[in-house]
Amino acid sequence: MIEAKAHAGREIPQEFLTFSLGKEEYAIDILRVQEIRGYESVTAIANAPEFIKGVINLRGEIVPIVDLRIKFRVGEAKYDQFTVVIILNIFKRVVGIVVDGVSDVTALVSEQIKPPPEFGIAFDSQYLLGLGTLDERMLIIVDIEKLMSSEEMALVAQAEN
Amino acid sequence: MNIDMSQFHGVFFEESEEHLADMERVLMALDLSEPDSEELNTIFRAAHSIKGGSGIFGFDALASVTHVLENLLDRIRKGSLALRADMVDTFLLSVDVLRGIVDAYRHGDAIDMPAANRVCERLERLTDAGPAQQAPEEGFGLFVEPQEATAGAEAYGLFEDNPPAGESASSQAPGDEGYGFFEALEPAAPPSAPVQDPGYGFFDPLPADTTPPSETPAEIPQRRASDQGEARTDRRAQNRREADKTPGGDTSSIRVGVEKIDQLINLAGELVITQSMLSQLGKELEGSPLHEKMQSALTLLERNTREMQESVMSIRMLPISFVFSRFPRVVRDLAQKLGKEVDLILEGENTELDKGLIEKLVDPMTHLVRNAIDHGIETPDIRAQRGKAPSGRLSLSAFHQGGNIVIEILDDGGGLNRERILAKARENGLALSENPSDQEVWQLIFAPGFSTASVVTDVSGRGVGMDVVKKNIAAMGGRIEIESYAGMGSKFSIRLPLTLAILDGMSLAVGAETYIVPLACIIESLQPRPEDIKSLAASGRLVRVRGEYLPLIALHEFLHVEPRSREPSQGIVLILEADNRKFALFVDELLGQQQVVIKSLETHYRRIPGMSGATILGDGRVALILDVEALIPQDAIASNGGLSHD
Repeated sequence: MIEAKAHAGREIPQEFLTFSLGKEEYAIDILRVQEIRGYESVTAIANAPEFIKGVINLRGEIVPIVDLRIKFRVGEAKYDQFTVVIILNIFKRVVGIVVDGVSDVTALVSEQIKPPPEFGIAFDSQYLLGLGTLDERMLIIVDIEKLMSSEEMALVAQAEN
Repeated sequence: MNIDMSQFHGVFFEESEEHLADMERVLMALDLSEPDSEELNTIFRAAHSIKGGSGIFGFDALASVTHVLENLLDRIRKGSLALRADMVDTFLLSVDVLRGIVDAYRHGDAIDMPAANRVCERLERLTDAGPAQQAPEEGFGLFVEPQEATAGAEAYGLFEDNPPAGESASSQAPGDEGYGFFEALEPAAPPSAPVQDPGYGFFDPLPADTTPPSETPAEIPQRRASDQGEARTDRRAQNRREADKTPGGDTSSIRVGVEKIDQLINLAGELVITQSMLSQLGKELEGSPLHEKMQSALTLLERNTREMQESVMSIRMLPISFVFSRFPRVVRDLAQKLGKEVDLILEGENTELDKGLIEKLVDPMTHLVRNAIDHGIETPDIRAQRGKAPSGRLSLSAFHQGGNIVIEILDDGGGLNRERILAKARENGLALSENPSDQEVWQLIFAPGFSTASVVTDVSGRGVGMDVVKKNIAAMGGRIEIESYAGMGSKFSIRLPLTLAILDGMSLAVGAETYIVPLACIIESLQPRPEDIKSLAASGRLVRVRGEYLPLIALHEFLHVEPRSREPSQGIVLILEADNRKFALFVDELLGQQQVVIKSLETHYRRIPGMSGATILGDGRVALILDVEALIPQDAIASNGGLSHD
């Protein structure tokens, strides 16, 4: 979607939600974000990977919570009143991700987005859409749809992949 | 503009099936001598709607059959053609054929054109007022014979101690050769047949002013043909439901997607939790000037949310008549085939249960009804020998009891044969206790591969055993109980939760977590003494429960959580049964029994091994529901539930 707009004359900037994970700042497509909540106690799932914290009741729906800090071994996985959960809605499936903190909503046009580096970032480059620059900040733009439906996140039954 | 019609096909097929079910229901209940014009209209409209739709969509086979049917029905409706028993039979046959065609169109299969043509021909033949093909004179003569009149009366249960006559009556049931048999009589019986009492007034003195004597013989065969054995049953059933004649028939309705309703149910559940949180907050206001106002507002909110939740839940509920309504036909066909007479009585047809359950109830119930007719109810002559009325009674009833719906299938047939079941169980090598109670013996018929029928018939010997019935019912969270008395009959009671969305569960604690176990799986719970626990070298432990050793599974080991205690004698052991196997489950604590709303884990996540779903507890937290079958140790010691220790 970013590439498609690259040559447009007067481009409508795309909006991203930015959050911090460890020392880095990440950005995801704002349209995939349903809401942002505080962390509440989850019901643990037996024999699930460590980064899947469990499930919560989100208005009657059973929603899994993934701690990206554990998944990518960044930051410190502590849970207090400041811990933030971003509730994503990806292909009608709802999932919550735990991050270190939510920063803001940023608009980027395509010329601010550079191709991602091959290494040096916790995320596998196949889940990255690019690097965004905003003044002095560097934003790692994540293909959150691809990441969350990937096999390594173990959020979807294999048959559906 | 080219509209893609195929998007409407699904709705058309569904509606057609409903129309066909309507037609069948009304046909079965139709009173031949005094057809209700409203009922005739219903049948006509149903045929007309299907024809209209099939014309639009180009389903020609469907259109051609319904066209002939509609014409015929139209003439009957307008009174230019009198309704006869053979017509009803043919109409029922056309309903079957139409169903087949609808199915074929739906699945893209080949349409059984020969069957369609045959039924069209037969329908067309009905309109011919020409002479009957089969010796009408003889038939006419036969039925004015006084003893035959008695035989006819027998069908009304007036002379029940006369089984041979009953036999002869049923042996002449309107089989194929019976069609057209009475046609010659038809003109003699005008549609306004002057019989006042439709069902039982056969021998009432006929009103002298309206009935020319010459018409009496004409009525005898006509009514006989329709009122034999099984056909009559529906009428009686119909009388019973006079007050609520057509369940769901007249009320207007709209079609709504199930997911929209489920969303509504979710939201209502959330509202209840929010409301209880507010109530907690309200209590903290005590002492403030606002407290009283707050309390009354909260009370109001509580009532409103509760009522809202109830009415939202009721959207998914349908009357059980959706299942029951198919049985008059099943019973009629089966009784005819087996040469038995069966009185079908339906009770509690308006009892409501979840739509999902209704669909799943059809197969097990059909199996039980077939069984009752095939193996339970005896043939008229055997019944006579046993001093019973020649026609057997089969009653289907449904009622609410507690949070459950109970469906009873009761027959007055021979009952289960204790000796034969025991012999068969020994033959199959099933574990038996020394002196089993009747209840234990009856439960044996649910073992896989168990059939006591000495002859496997094509009626109930279809390879679908009672074990499947039990499995299906267990899958709905229900259970089945049997009561049976030799020579008196049997009663099968199916007990189901009101809705698939709700489970009767036991909540239990392991470590810090709460889990739910379906109550239907729990046999008992106990605190074992240390000496009852035996360790096996290779695989885990056994617990001794009343002379029986059962494999013991520690839930904390299965879930890899830290328990409060590792000693079974310090916790609680639940004896569970699933898949015909018994085992013991060791947990920390039982928290209590409660009804829980089942939520899917797969909507946003994936299946979790060992869990069948999740639910939301009263405090808003999620608890997982254990899948008891998945807990069964794969290397279980014995296939049929532990070791016998006698």
